[in-house]
Amino acid sequence: MSVTFLGMPATRPFPRNAARAVRDSQLRFNLRKATRTIRAKRASVVAEAPDWAELREAGRAIKEHTLRNLDKYLVQLEESVTAAGGHVHWAADAAEANRIVADLVKATGETEVVKVKSMATQEIGLNEALLAQGITAYETDLAELIVQLGDDRPSHILVPAIHRNRAEIREIFAEHMSGWGRPAPEDLTDDPAALAEAARLHLRERFLKTKVAISGANFAIAETGTMVVLESEGNGRMCLTLPRTLISVVGIEKVLPTWRDLEVFLQLLPRSSTGERMNPYTSMWTGAAEGQEFHLVLLDNGRTGVLADEVGRQALRCIRCSACLNVCPVYERTGGHAYGSVYPGPIGAILTPQLRGMGSELDRSLPYASSLCGACYEVCPVAIDIPSVLVELRARAPHPWAERAGMAAAGWVLERSGRLARMQRAGGRLRRLVPRRLPGPLGGWTDTRDLPKVPEESFREWWDRTDGGRR
Amino acid sequence: MRVALFVTCVNDTLFPGTGRAVVRLLRRLGVEVDFPRAQTCCGQMHANTGYREEAVRLARRSVAALRGYDAVVVPSGSCAAMIREQYPKLAGPSGPFADAVAHVASKTYELTEFLIDVLGTTDVGAYFPHRVTYHPTCHSLRGIRLGDRPLTLLRQVKGLELVPLPGAEECCGFGGTFALKNADVSAAMCADKVRAVLDTGAEVLCAADNSCLMHIGGMLGRQKSGVRVMHLAEILCSTEAVGVR
Repeated sequence: MSVTFLGMPATRPFPRNAARAVRDSQLRFNLRKATRTIRAKRASVVAEAPDWAELREAGRAIKEHTLRNLDKYLVQLEESVTAAGGHVHWAADAAEANRIVADLVKATGETEVVKVKSMATQEIGLNEALLAQGITAYETDLAELIVQLGDDRPSHILVPAIHRNRAEIREIFAEHMSGWGRPAPEDLTDDPAALAEAARLHLRERFLKTKVAISGANFAIAETGTMVVLESEGNGRMCLTLPRTLISVVGIEKVLPTWRDLEVFLQLLPRSSTGERMNPYTSMWTGAAEGQEFHLVLLDNGRTGVLADEVGRQALRCIRCSACLNVCPVYERTGGHAYGSVYPGPIGAILTPQLRGMGSELDRSLPYASSLCGACYEVCPVAIDIPSVLVELRARAPHPWAERAGMAAAGWVLERSGRLARMQRAGGRLRRLVPRRLPGPLGGWTDTRDLPKVPEESFREWWDRTDGGRR
Repeated sequence: MRVALFVTCVNDTLFPGTGRAVVRLLRRLGVEVDFPRAQTCCGQMHANTGYREEAVRLARRSVAALRGYDAVVVPSGSCAAMIREQYPKLAGPSGPFADAVAHVASKTYELTEFLIDVLGTTDVGAYFPHRVTYHPTCHSLRGIRLGDRPLTLLRQVKGLELVPLPGAEECCGFGGTFALKNADVSAAMCADKVRAVLDTGAEVLCAADNSCLMHIGGMLGRQKSGVRVMHLAEILCSTEAVGVR
């Protein structure tokens, strides 16, 4: 089986990527500031929704039901979209999806496309695949534009340029905008309004002259064939309405049975993602508008494999809100690049190894990129029990031999209370010989932390000696 | 009422003072605890690191050791969470082991739950004249949901000045083998926790879990901060007559 492609090559293991990230003080500062701001915003708008627990349960139940009946709803979606004048394509993996999209663009005779921010197209590496076919894809989401102009990689699902601050963004605009279209004004400052205005002018030109647009979708309604995109800048609305041809690449898990189901998700998603009560730009379209062509590319890329997994399948409920990233203490210190996938943070740690398998060192290390603190589960709007899936994946991951040996030894000692007692007595006798710094992987502890003092007498020795403190 | 103390392997081996404090505290409140000698470790380290077979073996022996008591008291939110939340998953939906797990899990209480929910006491007659801050560890907070039980108990301690810990609900970065496997991130998280603790001006950091305290205390010690870490049980055990330990 070929390895599922997820937009980035799987390289070094997470701890090594993370070690580099935690030493980058600028990155740490940017991430801390940004995640804490969104975290607080989310917490306040969730707290004011009196029925949040019920909404969350409804979101979980709708997604669970849909995934259990995905075969039925996908066929219904195809029929609805086709009846509304759209064309439906099925893509088993990234390569097939890229080929379908490239062929559709080539058929229009165009060599430029505008893009609405989309995780699915990032996942399949669409921009790079199109470029190889002589087609340039222009990102129009502000943060995606920053990433594209900076020849960078997204580090967050919702806020792809979260690792950049405004001074860095000003530099990127000033240096690179001219290479892609309308240059940034000479006197560009790092004032957020000035940066947004520069991007607006740069993008406006692009919207008006590009004839093909590519999007993803947050939801696809089986009942009506309606696609739904939520965004905050209006760039999506431009892409979805102005061009002649619209191609939407949508993961098969994005389907919802009925129009009414949106009621739940249009409340859950904005509050969980941007911390807003209502989403600023919600675009919905059903099939093709007059004079336009609409293509829906339904993407599997490893999803049916995940669906077959009883414990792991709950990851497919994800609506890409990023609440788990924003609350994650690990993500806050490492940023998204350390996860080596377009899906970073806690959801990435359970999604990437499932989609891509655990063949590489990086993918094997992802289930361990968590202290299992449980903050992600608490904020997840569709109640994905991320810690439990992490533990499940850890049980399936191949373990390094030294660790296996250590764990087996610990297991052997702990299996008999007599063995534990003998170890404790030995420890008590050798307590003064414990070095300040430990060798090998144990040095990870003593580099920054003192070891606890080994007591002269264990609890069970005390209990025996004193008859539980009675003597 | 037959009450078993599940002291946990970390307390047994490295922090026996916490186990002694639980025994003395409960005796003061009129409860005699038994220490089932066959107990060792709940198996959390193995389970959470991906060694399920070993974890199941340890879960079996823990359940066997703790069966038949009216209550099991655990001075660790994390190990209590292991018994109550992970054991049922390890045991599966049915069978004799699943039944035994359901029985033991339903009688398992973290120390502050036992004091407040079972004994119905919030004032344990403790005296501890120090400035203290409390870190609600992740498994106490989000696992078994201790809520404000520990704070309720601390507020009744004579002489104790309780100061709030900023960002208290954030993980300290221990996470069991996470502290070794992702040592850099773990240390970065710990450094932020340590800064928050120092900002409170507290003399003592307390928690319901010695494993997290070992981690935070390890850094407080390395930095020669002068701040002590203490398990909640040891504060609740100390009185004017006896003092600490």
